[in-house]
Amino acid sequence: MTATNTSAEATPRPQSPQSPTGGVTSRLRSITLSSALVEGRALLALILIITVFALLSDNYLDPGNLVTITKQVAFNAILALGMLMVILNGGIDLSVGSTVGLTGAVAGNLFRGLDLPLTQAIMFPQVWVIVVISVGVGALVGYANGLLISRLRLAPFIVTLGMLYVGRGLTEVLLNGQNITNELRGQEGLGNTGFFEVFASRPLGLPISAWVMIALAVLASILLVRSPFGRWLYASGSNERAAELSGVPVTRVKTRIYVIAGTCAGIVGLLQIANISSATADLGQFYELNAIAAVVIGGAALSGGRGTVRGTIIGAFVIGFLANGLVIVGVSPFWQQVITGAVIILAVAVDRIQQIAQNRGAARRAAAEVRTAASTSA
Amino acid sequence: MSAPATATAPTDTEIGEVVLRAVGISKTYGVTKALKGVDFEVRAGQVTVLFGENGAGKSTLMKILSGVEQPTGGQLVLHEEPITLENTVDAVERGISIIHQETNLCPNLNVRDNIFLGRELHTRMGGIDYAREADITSRLMRQLEEEIAPQTPVADLRMGQQQIVEIARALAAETRILIMDEPTSALSASEVEVLFRVIGELTANGVAIVYISHHLEEAISIADHAVVLRDGELVAHEPASEIDLPWVVHRMTGRQAEYDFREEPRDFGEVALSVRNLTVADLGTGRVVVDDVSLDVRTGEIVCLYGLMGAGRTELMETLAGRDPMTAGEVLLNGENVADLSVSDRISRGLGLVPEDRQRDGVVQLLSVGSNLSLAGLRSVVRRGLISRGAESDRIRRGMAEVTVKAAGPGTPITSLSGGNQQKVVIGKLLMTDPSVLLLDEPTRGIDVGAKGEIFALLFQEAQKGLGVLYVTSEIGEAMTASHRIVVMNKGRVVREFDPRTSTRAEVMAASGESANPTTSTTTTDEAIGGTP
Repeated sequence: MTATNTSAEATPRPQSPQSPTGGVTSRLRSITLSSALVEGRALLALILIITVFALLSDNYLDPGNLVTITKQVAFNAILALGMLMVILNGGIDLSVGSTVGLTGAVAGNLFRGLDLPLTQAIMFPQVWVIVVISVGVGALVGYANGLLISRLRLAPFIVTLGMLYVGRGLTEVLLNGQNITNELRGQEGLGNTGFFEVFASRPLGLPISAWVMIALAVLASILLVRSPFGRWLYASGSNERAAELSGVPVTRVKTRIYVIAGTCAGIVGLLQIANISSATADLGQFYELNAIAAVVIGGAALSGGRGTVRGTIIGAFVIGFLANGLVIVGVSPFWQQVITGAVIILAVAVDRIQQIAQNRGAARRAAAEVRTAASTSA
Repeated sequence: MSAPATATAPTDTEIGEVVLRAVGISKTYGVTKALKGVDFEVRAGQVTVLFGENGAGKSTLMKILSGVEQPTGGQLVLHEEPITLENTVDAVERGISIIHQETNLCPNLNVRDNIFLGRELHTRMGGIDYAREADITSRLMRQLEEEIAPQTPVADLRMGQQQIVEIARALAAETRILIMDEPTSALSASEVEVLFRVIGELTANGVAIVYISHHLEEAISIADHAVVLRDGELVAHEPASEIDLPWVVHRMTGRQAEYDFREEPRDFGEVALSVRNLTVADLGTGRVVVDDVSLDVRTGEIVCLYGLMGAGRTELMETLAGRDPMTAGEVLLNGENVADLSVSDRISRGLGLVPEDRQRDGVVQLLSVGSNLSLAGLRSVVRRGLISRGAESDRIRRGMAEVTVKAAGPGTPITSLSGGNQQKVVIGKLLMTDPSVLLLDEPTRGIDVGAKGEIFALLFQEAQKGLGVLYVTSEIGEAMTASHRIVVMNKGRVVREFDPRTSTRAEVMAASGESANPTTSTTTTDEAIGGTP
């Protein structure tokens, strides 16, 4: 995303009353300034976290550790990109963690082979088929969410909370108490090998998940900033009724964002089972909360219409670097949660305080101008 | 909190005596001077009407009188005693209450609990004295001639009844000065009559009323005193006997008279929009709100749909736009039946709606002026699946010039614009889709007189180029001066059509079921309907 994008996400804040009039340059300046203020906070937090932990631990900035962090961040960031779309629409998706688990279990079962009914045969699909089906399952879960939310106008919180249980339950059913581990490797004779070679690979030294994150972030940026769909999403997230009367297909937009969120979860499911070499029943548990936290730290408004890809990615890095740093310096796991939670609240509170201070400052400056104007005219 | 008295209690102030005086009140917000030394009097038992365009300082003055804001200069004098109102609670304790345009009641609570919300009466044990509260509520409702049981949930009440509950709430707090901000904007004609009767009773009992309304004729009809604000200054102050509509408009705008767009008759083109036997039933109640309506709009023709609130006008417009489902009938756009199409499909075929509630349905608050403007016609600037920035900013620039939006630039937040300019953006947004028929629901609501003229000028200019226009208004002056044809709706039905050049205001108003003068009603609704074909 560039700083010169048009207004969709360029004017998220009320501007001061005496904002410069007209002119392309002044517009550019106000755009970069306002977006810098939104994301600057998250970026500042990120720099602060890295500095503090780098001083506290010699191993923190170790290349090996950085790669580890990046891998963890990537999983969360991919989910957060989907979550961002949902939150831009004023919705929420609590089911993505369960969808990660479910797609993992589906993929695991496909590697174990399908019992074909009537015949005695077991079918072993090829890896690419497994990948397509698994991601498709994620998209399908999202589609179910989307239909229920957009067509029946059910509350996103309730629908996806229900789906959280359904997805986790189906994961347990599919795995039936057993992790699927060795089968993921595939067998030459069955023609289903090669999964790890791709999904646990490290092109140019970076884990594949990081590359996927980068690719999806670029894609999401283009989608949000340059495509009609993105503009429709921002518009319907800000004022759905007005968007509808402007011809925005609000129902379709709403359905699709949940499909996107589900697809992202499907991708993470595959990346994760490759990462831990096993499909487990608790895979992806609580991932939805981390994803929401990343989006919120990145400056998005839960009420919809406001948020950016860049902010979300930074938000995911904040959480990742913080969590890793706390482990490295040896903070107890119990305290880690306390600190992570406090940082999330702090990030949002700082945003609010900054906003209040800005408004006060603008009012004070304006009042001072009136006073000087009055004294000179008197 | 003292026990509430009823408003009928005799008072020591005489009718016509000045109870509240504002002396040299000024208020500055940042660089804007909203009020510049306004002197203003409120008299017991009389209605003082405040006139002024949007931004003239009316609401600021009301906020200061009701304690919401403090003046930056000047003094309030209550009963010849200088006072400072710290906040609204302070104002209410001194007997000054305000009733806002939207009622501030909790719909989930009943009438009694709303009236005593925040001022509950207590028993000796410390609990709420429901019996005494209910007692006082019944007494107040009887006095206001609106027999609503104290236990009725507010959600079950009509807008007019809710307004009465607000008044009862003010009376329960021993209000002697009642400020009413656009109290009739959501009321039906009969509800307005009830409200005006209540106002008459209140003033007879010595309550001073300060009244604001954009409905000039209505406001003139109940005024004892007229005060006109313009650009934060009080420009005129006359007893009601000395004023009339042109006087008010002239003082408000500083310009002479209203706009007049009546044209010489010209030939209109083909029928662009044809509505046949359209019937719409309310989804919740099953009540028929639009009843067997048929009407045509030709290309280049501006048709005004005149009627009272609740006549089914908004329901008709929203159904035509595709937001609400219809029960029966046909909607033909250039000969094609669009009845089953979605809002967006209708827009792409050339039929769009400028909605009644600009804030709720018109503007997208978080988008800039430019993005709001290009939203509906976005498809036309898409190149290979992506929005072309060049094409988009080009369209926006042309659009802003066409509808004469006054804004710093396309990147300006839409919320920083005045109501009139926001409305121009909403209209411009639909014009960018090259519509063949534009529907507008109360396009000039809450817009000052100057901008109203500009909006109609724009519509007539587009009509010259072949746009068909169907717009709704409840202002008779607008219907008479800015349309080619008036279609009158009453109780869900189209009752009559008028040519504005050959008919009178009284005829049109009578057909709508409205009396020309709401306070001295002579024409009953039955007579009006009886007089129509």
